[in-house]
Amino acid sequence: MIAILLRRLGLGAVTLFFVSLLVFGTTQALPGDAAQAILGKEATPARLAALRERLHLDEPVWQQYGKWLANMARGDLGRSLATEEPVSQLIAGRVGNSGFLVALSALIAIPLSLALGVISAARRDQAIDHALTTGALVLAALPEFVIGIALILVFATDLVHLLPAVTLLAEGVPIWRQIDQAILPAVTLDLAVIPYMSRIMRASMIEVLESDYVQMARLKGLSPRRVILRHALPNALVPFVQVTALQLAWLAGGVVVVEFVFRYPGIGAALVDGVANRDLPVVQALTLMVGGIYVLLNMVADMATILLTPRLRTALR
Amino acid sequence: MTAIAPAAAGSGAEQGGSSGLFRRAFSFTRTRVGLAIVALIAAIALFGPFFAPHPPTAFVAPPYAGPSSVAIFGADNLGRDVLTRFLCGGRSVLALSLASTVLGLAGGILVGLVAAYARGWLDELLMRAMDVLLAFPQIVFVLLLVSSLGPQLWLIVLTVAASHAPRVARVTRGTAQEVIERDFVLSAKAIGEPSWRILGLEVLPNLSSPLLVEFGLRLTYSIGLIAAVSFMGFGLQPPAADWGLMINENRIGIAIQPWPVLLPVAAIGLLTVGMNLITDGIARAAIGIGRSAP
Repeated sequence: MIAILLRRLGLGAVTLFFVSLLVFGTTQALPGDAAQAILGKEATPARLAALRERLHLDEPVWQQYGKWLANMARGDLGRSLATEEPVSQLIAGRVGNSGFLVALSALIAIPLSLALGVISAARRDQAIDHALTTGALVLAALPEFVIGIALILVFATDLVHLLPAVTLLAEGVPIWRQIDQAILPAVTLDLAVIPYMSRIMRASMIEVLESDYVQMARLKGLSPRRVILRHALPNALVPFVQVTALQLAWLAGGVVVVEFVFRYPGIGAALVDGVANRDLPVVQALTLMVGGIYVLLNMVADMATILLTPRLRTALR
Repeated sequence: MTAIAPAAAGSGAEQGGSSGLFRRAFSFTRTRVGLAIVALIAAIALFGPFFAPHPPTAFVAPPYAGPSSVAIFGADNLGRDVLTRFLCGGRSVLALSLASTVLGLAGGILVGLVAAYARGWLDELLMRAMDVLLAFPQIVFVLLLVSSLGPQLWLIVLTVAASHAPRVARVTRGTAQEVIERDFVLSAKAIGEPSWRILGLEVLPNLSSPLLVEFGLRLTYSIGLIAAVSFMGFGLQPPAADWGLMINENRIGIAIQPWPVLLPVAAIGLLTVGMNLITDGIARAAIGIGRSAP
């Protein structure tokens, strides 16, 4: 089993290497002149030359890539082309804000989808199950920004002004002290991931509830509550752990649109700004980071599945 | 294709073929509801421009003016007619998402089929390449390319397609691997039929129901992605009438004039929900292969 885990780890590292190649390749090494692309057609030759030198565009591509990767690894993310600030400084606070947003959403989504899945499975084919699965089907289809704007229309216009429509963080106050600013973005993310998580929980719970040992526990005369919570639930958790890791990975991309909707000052909004301004170093750093987190969480999902499934743990050598 | 089709149908996996599949799918209420919704929104998008009361860029009222006899849903941020821009703004969303879905599906099917059929190092190479593409959330992948080449429509169609392809390739490869082992494929191989004929005429028809489900699913996501990209300002550029762009242009005034946001948001939402209902119906009809997670 250790061999499998190591193999998966190696695969993750290789994927990460190719991710860095892809980020670098699409932003800097494209055929044509990156400096011209950034500055536009009216750029003066002097500015073009200065930018080329700054991005090391005159050197061979492989040398550029080597330097770039070495700098990234050392934590030197370069300077923003738009504000001249170091990129690391620009995104430092934003990483925390996005992390808080994702953590808050996960904190709501995990227990809620667990409960919804179990209720659906226990009341299979009854009215509440139908209502929940239909609701999940509808929510799963909706793009995040549609959910976000619907929430704004309901909770943040003149009709009912409960929560802010646009995030306005006070300077110097920790984000968890102004949690009301993060509620609507977090709920938007939750409504996007809960359908998937609760659907998997329901399916795996139903499978376990139909197994022999659960029948046995029922026949022994145990209360339905005890059968579900003590006997069935622990065994139904494996797919749920996997889908949770996958949905957390999805959140790494989901925050981009949701932060843009609410103008929440996180890395997603920074990425959109970076793309709009053609701010190459910012885009490179953020896409590499998001790609890294995504690869990592996908790996965690796979490893958790291997570790938690006895059959895989033993059968695959 | 018809000449070879009986051999494929004879495999017994798809009783009744795809017409039976559609009939079964249509028997579910949700499929019919989904079809009705999609038909309505698609009709608005396609034929809307013919019924627009004003030219899409004409100024008819003060900015954010409320509903009046001139403009029944009021005016947008620049004073243009909301109804007109809504009626004219659906074609782009629909066309771009259809194009990217078809391209992404075709690319993914090709890669998946070749990988399943070739096996060995080519299989490994293709699927690892797909893994690299899968290493980005779809929207981040699109933004990455837009950042270097600028907001161009062909680019957005291509990147959305490229972000679908690896997911489609996995499904295709997974189901094709089993079909390739069946007797009718082995016998076609033994006769010495060229590989492309075997894949296109023997294997592909047997994958029709999982791929149909995949098409619906990818189309649902395409609509969301394409609309999100133009909502973020990287799709069609002003003064074009486009649902995604329209939401972005008018969201500042959402409290005083909600219509220019509400109409396109509702249309995009309904379209994706309707598409997902149809897909779910088809997935249920093709029992055993129905999967709807991303």
